[in-house]
Amino acid sequence: MKKFLTLVLATIMAVLTLGTLATMSACGSKMTVGLITLHGESSTYDKNFIDAMKTACANLGLSDELMIISGIEEDNTCYEAAKDMVDQGCKVVFADSFGHEPFLIQAAKEFPEVQFAHATGTSSKVQNLPNFHNAFASIYEGRYLAGVAAGMKLAAMVEAGQIKASNMEGDNIIVGYVGAHPYAEVKSGYTSWFLGVQSVVPNTVMKVLFTGSWYDETAEKTAANTLINAGAAIISQHADSMGAPSACEAAGVPNVSYNGSTQTSCPNTYIVSSKINWVPYFEYLIKNTLDGKKVDTDWVGTLGNGAVALTELGSVATAAGTAEKLEEVKAQLMAGTLHVFDCSKFTVNGEHLTSYAADINGDYQPDEGVNVIKTDANGVTYFAESDVADFRSAPYFDLDIDGITVLTTTN
Amino acid sequence: MNNEEVKKLHEPLFHIEKRGGVSKKKAWGIRGIGILVAVVIVSILAAIMLQADPFTFFGKMFEGAFGTTNRIWNMLRDTAILLGFALAIVPAFRMRFWNLGANGQVLMGAFACTVCMFYLYGKIPLGVLVPLMVISSVAAGMLWAAIPAVFKAFFNTNESLFTLMMNYIAESLVTFTITVWVPNGSGSLPPIIPGGLKLFDNAYILPILIIALLTVGMFFYLRISKQGYELTVVGESENTARYIGINVKKVIIRTLAISGAICGLVGFLLSGCMSGTINPQIHSGYGFTAIIVTWLAQFNPLVMAGVAFLVIFVNRGMKSGIKPAFGLTTEAFANIVTGIIFFCVLAFEFFIVYKFKYRSDVEEKMNAFKAKFKKKSAAKVATEATSDGVVASESASEAAEKANGAGDAENGENAAEKATEEVNKEEE
Repeated sequence: MKKFLTLVLATIMAVLTLGTLATMSACGSKMTVGLITLHGESSTYDKNFIDAMKTACANLGLSDELMIISGIEEDNTCYEAAKDMVDQGCKVVFADSFGHEPFLIQAAKEFPEVQFAHATGTSSKVQNLPNFHNAFASIYEGRYLAGVAAGMKLAAMVEAGQIKASNMEGDNIIVGYVGAHPYAEVKSGYTSWFLGVQSVVPNTVMKVLFTGSWYDETAEKTAANTLINAGAAIISQHADSMGAPSACEAAGVPNVSYNGSTQTSCPNTYIVSSKINWVPYFEYLIKNTLDGKKVDTDWVGTLGNGAVALTELGSVATAAGTAEKLEEVKAQLMAGTLHVFDCSKFTVNGEHLTSYAADINGDYQPDEGVNVIKTDANGVTYFAESDVADFRSAPYFDLDIDGITVLTTTN
Repeated sequence: MNNEEVKKLHEPLFHIEKRGGVSKKKAWGIRGIGILVAVVIVSILAAIMLQADPFTFFGKMFEGAFGTTNRIWNMLRDTAILLGFALAIVPAFRMRFWNLGANGQVLMGAFACTVCMFYLYGKIPLGVLVPLMVISSVAAGMLWAAIPAVFKAFFNTNESLFTLMMNYIAESLVTFTITVWVPNGSGSLPPIIPGGLKLFDNAYILPILIIALLTVGMFFYLRISKQGYELTVVGESENTARYIGINVKKVIIRTLAISGAICGLVGFLLSGCMSGTINPQIHSGYGFTAIIVTWLAQFNPLVMAGVAFLVIFVNRGMKSGIKPAFGLTTEAFANIVTGIIFFCVLAFEFFIVYKFKYRSDVEEKMNAFKAKFKKKSAAKVATEATSDGVVASESASEAAEKANGAGDAENGENAAEKATEEVNKEEE
C-alpha cells in the first residue's frame, strides 16, 4: 500500500513539476501592467478600475501582459503584491485604494525603474519621487450633474404629487445620502450632488449617514433604509456595494448611483450614475511609461478629457427632459461659466466663504498659507476643487455646508 | 415471508463500522487518497470553468506559490504566521477549551503594539520601544484570552461563544481607534514605521525565526512538561484532574494566558514587523483557519507546520498564481477550490476512523473478485520473474484501475491494497 501510494504521489509531483517548468518556459510571457485592487469585481468601485484597465490594455494591445491582483488589504500585502508584479516584469503598477498609497511609495522607493501610480492619493507632490504618481478626476462635476438629474426627478415628483408630508422637513424636501467615511472625497461628493439637486429644486435638505466602511453591504442597506424612514425622497450613495441601490429598489425610492449603472439590478429606481472613466488615464500612463516619457506627478481627469462621465439614464425612473438639461449644464461647466462650488450658492454656518485653508498635503490639518477660494474672470468666487495646477487632484472639499445634516444612528 | 426476503429487505449494501487501530502508514495513505480525489475534482472544475488543462492549472498554482524568490519567502513567512495562530490555540484545544478568539487576541496584540508605535515612535530610542512593543502585545493578547478563561473557570460560561464575541469587540475597538487617530480619514492608518521592523535588512526572517522557536518550544511543552500533562488531563476529564489534585481553575486560566500571549506575539509580528500599522482585518481570519490546521495535525506542533504549509500553498497558489493567470477578479473560484481541497482532506479523516462493512453476499462476491486479481498479479510477477518493486506496484495499480472500472471506488482501493500487500509478501 505504501509503495503504491508513494509511487502515485511521486508520479503526480513529477508530472506537476514538469508541467510547471513547461508552462513557465513555454509561455515565458512577461507582464507589463499591474493592477492592485482592494476588493474584487463585486465591489462597484474596484470593478470600475478593473474594466477600465482591461479596456485600456486591449486598446494598446497589451491584454496578455496585464496582471490583476484583487483583494489586497491596505497593509504590507499591497507592498508585496507590487513587488511581485515587478518580479513578473511589470513596468507600471497601479493601485486603486487610498490606504494602498504608503505601501506603494515603499515599493516605488525600492524600484526606481518602475512607474507606480495611485488613485485618490495625496502624497505624490509631497514625496516628489520621479516614479510615483497620483491621479484623480474632477468627479465633483459628475456628481453635480447626477444631482441635477436627481433634482429633475424630484421636481417631477413634486408635480405628480408624490412627495408626502413625511418627505418634508418644514418647507424643505428631504433627500438622503449613504457615505462611507467622513472623508474629503466623500464630503466633496455629497456636497456637489446636493448642490446639483438644489440647482433644480432649491428647497431641499439632505441627511447623510456614514457606514464607516468602503464596502459593507449590510451596513449600506441598513443606512439606506434608515434614510428612507427618515423621509428621504431620493437617495444617492458613496459606498461600494449594491446595498443602498437594492434597498432603494425594494422600497421604490429613486436612486442615483456611483461608479456604474444599476439599470439591470434596479430597473425601477435607477436614475443615473456618475463615474470616473479611468481609460484615458490608464492609456496615458501606460503609453508614456513604455515610450519613456514623463508621467505627470499629479493628474486630474475632467469632463473635457472624458474621465468624468455619466452612465446611461435609467429607463423608468428618469424624469422627462433630463437628457437635455444635463447637456446644457455640462456645457456650462465645461465652458467655465458655471462653478459647482460657487460660493454664492452655499453657506457654512450661515456665511459665504471668502477664504479657506484646505488640507492639501494630506496630514488632515489645514495647510497654512493655502487659500482654495478663487475668483474667475467674471468675478465669481468659487471653491477650486481638484485644482491640479495649484493644489492636487484628490478632493479636499471637507466643509460641512448648511442644509446637510449628518445622522448618527441607524434604525 | 421467508428469511431470505427479510434479509434482502433490511440489510443494506454496506454499513459503516469503526476501525480497530489504524497504522500510521495506512492513515497517511488514506490522507493521500483524499488529496488525490481533491486534485481530480479540482482538475475537472478547472477544465469546465477555466478551460484549463490540469498541468497548466496546477503549474500556475505552483508558480504562484514558488515562482520567484520573493514568492518563496512569502510562502515561508505566511506559513510561519498561520502556524503562529495554530500554536496559540493548540494548548487550549488540547484542554478541550474551544478558543475561537485567536483573531481577536492577535488583533489586540497588534493593537497594543500600534499604540506604542503611534505615541512613542521617534520619541524614544528603538532599543526601548521594541521591547515595550513586544511586552505590551503579549500582555494585551494574554488579557484578551484570560477574560473568557476566568469566566469559564469560575462561572462555567460557554467559551466558544465568549471568545467568538471577543473578536468583534476587538475589531470594533481597532476601527474606532483609527477614526479617533485619523478623524477625517478613510478608515486606514498610514504606517508608523514604514516597512516595519527588520532583522538583517530582511522583512521575512524575524517572523520565521520566532515562530520556528515557538514551534519547538510548544512541542516540548505539550510533550514533556508537567503543565502540558496537566492541561491534557483537564481536557480528558475535569473530575479526574481534580481527583489527582490538579487545580483546574488555575490550569484553565494559565493555559489561556499562554494561548493569548502567543496570539499577542503574532500580533506584534503582523503590525510591528510587517505592516508598521494596523487594520481590523490584519489577522486575515487565520484564527479560524488555524483550527483546521491544529485539528488535522492532531495537536502535534511539528505536523502543524506541515499542514500550515499546505494551507498557505493553496492560498498563495490561488492568490498569486491562478487568479492573475486566469484574470479572475473575484474570490469565488479561489474559495471554491480551497473549499474542495479542505473538504476532501477532512472527509477522508472519516475513513481513518471508520470503514465500510459490506453485506455478506456482496462481501463474498468481492472476495471472489479479489482472489482473481490476486492470482493474476501473482502470475504476472511470476512470469516476469522479477522482484522489481516498480513492476509489482504497476501490476497493483492496474488491478486497482480494473477494480475501479468494475464499479465501487472503495472496492477498488481495497482490492489495490490487498493486491499490493500480496505482491509485497511475495517479494519478500
